[in-house]
Amino acid sequence: MKHRQDINVRALLDGLTEILPAQAVISDPASLRAWECDGLPLYCELPLAVVMPRAADEVAAVMSLCHRLDVPVVPRGSGTGLSAGAMPHPEGIVISLAGLDRIVDIDAANRIARVQPGVTNLSISEAAAAYGLFYAPDPSSQIACSIGGNVAENAGGVHCLKYGLTVHNVTALTLITAEGETLTLGGSGLDTPGPDLLALVIGSEGLLGVVVEITVKLLPLPTSVAVIMAGFNTVTAAGDAVGEVIAAGILPAGLEMMDALAIQAAEDFAGAGYPRDAAALLLCELDGNEAEVAQQCAAVSALLQTAGASRVEVARDSPTRQRLWRGRKSAFPAVGRLSPDYYCMDGTIPRRHVAQMLAEISDMAGQSGLRVANVFHAGDGNLHPLILFDASQPEEIRRAEALGARILERSVELGGCITGEHGVGLEKLAQMSVQFSNAELLQLEAIKVAFDPSLNLNPGKGIPVLKRCQEYRALPQRHLHG
Amino acid sequence: MADCSSELREAVLEAITGKSPLHIAGAGSKTGYFGREVRGTRLDVTGHHGITDYQPDELVISARAGTPMAQIHAALAEQNQMLPAECPLFGGAATLGGSVACNASGPGRPWRGALRDSILGLEFINGHGEILRYGGQVMKNVAGYDVSRLQAGAQGTLGVITAVTLRVVPKPAREITLAYTLPAAAAIARMVTLAALPGPLSGACWTGNTLYLRASGTADAVEDFRRSEGGEAVSDSAPWQALDTLDKAPFSGIAPLWRLSVAPSSPLTRATPDSIDWCGALRFFAGNHDPAAMHEAASAAGGRAQLWRGGDRRSDVNGPMSGAEKTLQQRLKYALDPSGIFNPGRLFNDQ
Repeated sequence: MKHRQDINVRALLDGLTEILPAQAVISDPASLRAWECDGLPLYCELPLAVVMPRAADEVAAVMSLCHRLDVPVVPRGSGTGLSAGAMPHPEGIVISLAGLDRIVDIDAANRIARVQPGVTNLSISEAAAAYGLFYAPDPSSQIACSIGGNVAENAGGVHCLKYGLTVHNVTALTLITAEGETLTLGGSGLDTPGPDLLALVIGSEGLLGVVVEITVKLLPLPTSVAVIMAGFNTVTAAGDAVGEVIAAGILPAGLEMMDALAIQAAEDFAGAGYPRDAAALLLCELDGNEAEVAQQCAAVSALLQTAGASRVEVARDSPTRQRLWRGRKSAFPAVGRLSPDYYCMDGTIPRRHVAQMLAEISDMAGQSGLRVANVFHAGDGNLHPLILFDASQPEEIRRAEALGARILERSVELGGCITGEHGVGLEKLAQMSVQFSNAELLQLEAIKVAFDPSLNLNPGKGIPVLKRCQEYRALPQRHLHG
Repeated sequence: MADCSSELREAVLEAITGKSPLHIAGAGSKTGYFGREVRGTRLDVTGHHGITDYQPDELVISARAGTPMAQIHAALAEQNQMLPAECPLFGGAATLGGSVACNASGPGRPWRGALRDSILGLEFINGHGEILRYGGQVMKNVAGYDVSRLQAGAQGTLGVITAVTLRVVPKPAREITLAYTLPAAAAIARMVTLAALPGPLSGACWTGNTLYLRASGTADAVEDFRRSEGGEAVSDSAPWQALDTLDKAPFSGIAPLWRLSVAPSSPLTRATPDSIDWCGALRFFAGNHDPAAMHEAASAAGGRAQLWRGGDRRSDVNGPMSGAEKTLQQRLKYALDPSGIFNPGRLFNDQ
């Protein structure tokens, strides 16, 4: 851990203002408040300074300076992250990549786009649409979240069942290392010899380097899309229906599920036409060419009816599809209206355990005296339980965090993991030692050292230092599962 | 079915103590391909084999590293499923561990992804002789660095892969191959046009002055494609199995082969490739070529060249690296294999 007295703040600020225009270096405490947290405001901290470079060589110069002065650096995109991965370091700087916001090139013939990290996710697909192409990963925050942040978190979205995560849709990265060196990984082809460094860096939460350019894969826009909504009287029936769609050899573009509390909240908020009395709701999106979608639509509708759906609605036209999605896409803010605050979890479990897990979450919530709404990617078993609580009550925060931790531990026990797409950040450091052995954590640390020998890149996030793991392990955990 | 992980671990610990390099080997089907020559005590992984878990409804299969790929393909086919990467069999014996180590991916690569894309979890022995597991059985998992995929392409230089969990996909209901007589440049132009359109295209390769297109999907979608693209429907699936059988030019024999992985629409410069796959993005050149010229051509086309087979296997077969990249590769090797015992020099000359 760095201590403030060790860092020459004057030399740091002078160095930064030599590299960057004065307005791109922020160090007055009032302005720094705007950067104190990301999308998880439970964790706040003020940095020494925030810098806003607008070019890769400025990023490299800032990294070289911080390496020379031994100053921690926290990279930040749009700040929509949900695991406090971009929370500032009190003895370090935040490097905001939001100013590197150009789409450098769309190469339609090779179906790739070169973009800077501050470009928003949605704007890539908007720009590619002119060529009949799109960028597939679409996290719910796609209007605001940046592609650089998507790379840091290996972001997913509702379409990753068919099209994969960020790691499947990036072909090259330009990285500034902790020592200020520029490194290009991957290329415009489909592979490069040697270990898959691209995959290692994607999802590394800003711990291995600062990404300054990304080459993403673009896909042809499907000619036909359909959305099927199905309401069920029991969560178990909905969970089983998900398994049956997959078992029938159909790979939907998206397969989402919501429970009763989420359905009602979304319906109140968005008026999507969801059945208010349903215990669970499935949204299944199918895409492809006309013939393919028609055939799969008929098959899935029949299958959902047989699986006991109380109501099935098929949307082929764009306005109806958008109406059905509107409820799901606004589910988080909709649930947010039910309570002063909510805490979004992100465990993933094998699909076959979905119904069982939802029942257990409901029991655990009851024991905690808190309400939980569930909105999740059923097709790939990625759960997003939203724990409702009141952050003005310290005791309720504690209960919400404890409940969240138990849900994640249970995800690991069922053969899943603690985070499907939101990242470990600061929030899930403790649960890392539930998922990994000490030897595995030490191996992760050794990889970190290979990239960042001085440990200045986003320190204290992602990978726990082992002392903390041991303390966590010493806590009695088993009795909490009941 | 045989679990030999403790024997493998013992052998690794012994190698660490004796500081004696290991040459990790599956069936040896890719010896002389992909990497540089390795000198070391042979560590045979083929005894560690067997499918340990297969859940068709979850679209997930787990197997030990020594399991033959052909056995995995057969088990999946029984359930009407397949590996999206259609891993090449390299004459028949290719194993799961070797395929992952080389990230060996088949003809559907541009649409269905590389083998690395379907890796969900992986177990390996590191350079401390510890058995480590990363990833798991679920499709979305971002806890910790992606050490599983890091092993894809590392060719055994970062550990002994002992088990892998892969995502599988349903087999398409129907699949056809269409053939067209076309020179290489026209074939690439056709591939690039088709790749930008939505549709059931799942293969596009060129060899012997013939463009082959493969369409997979529902019966109706495939029929629509056949009607709109014309061409001669061939019953033969041989063009998609070139790396399974290795019995047709330019893959038969042992002549040197250069492999260029480049931007798919790159124009043909200098020599015409002997084989083109991956919708233009993968090009093979047989015979002796000037290494510097090959690396330069690949770099100009946004990709990399590799002396994939034959020629001087002690040379820099994977091409030059920047100073920063080499430093990082060496540090990473040290992080996973501090004693330098796993396949030393296989990727680059690290002496």
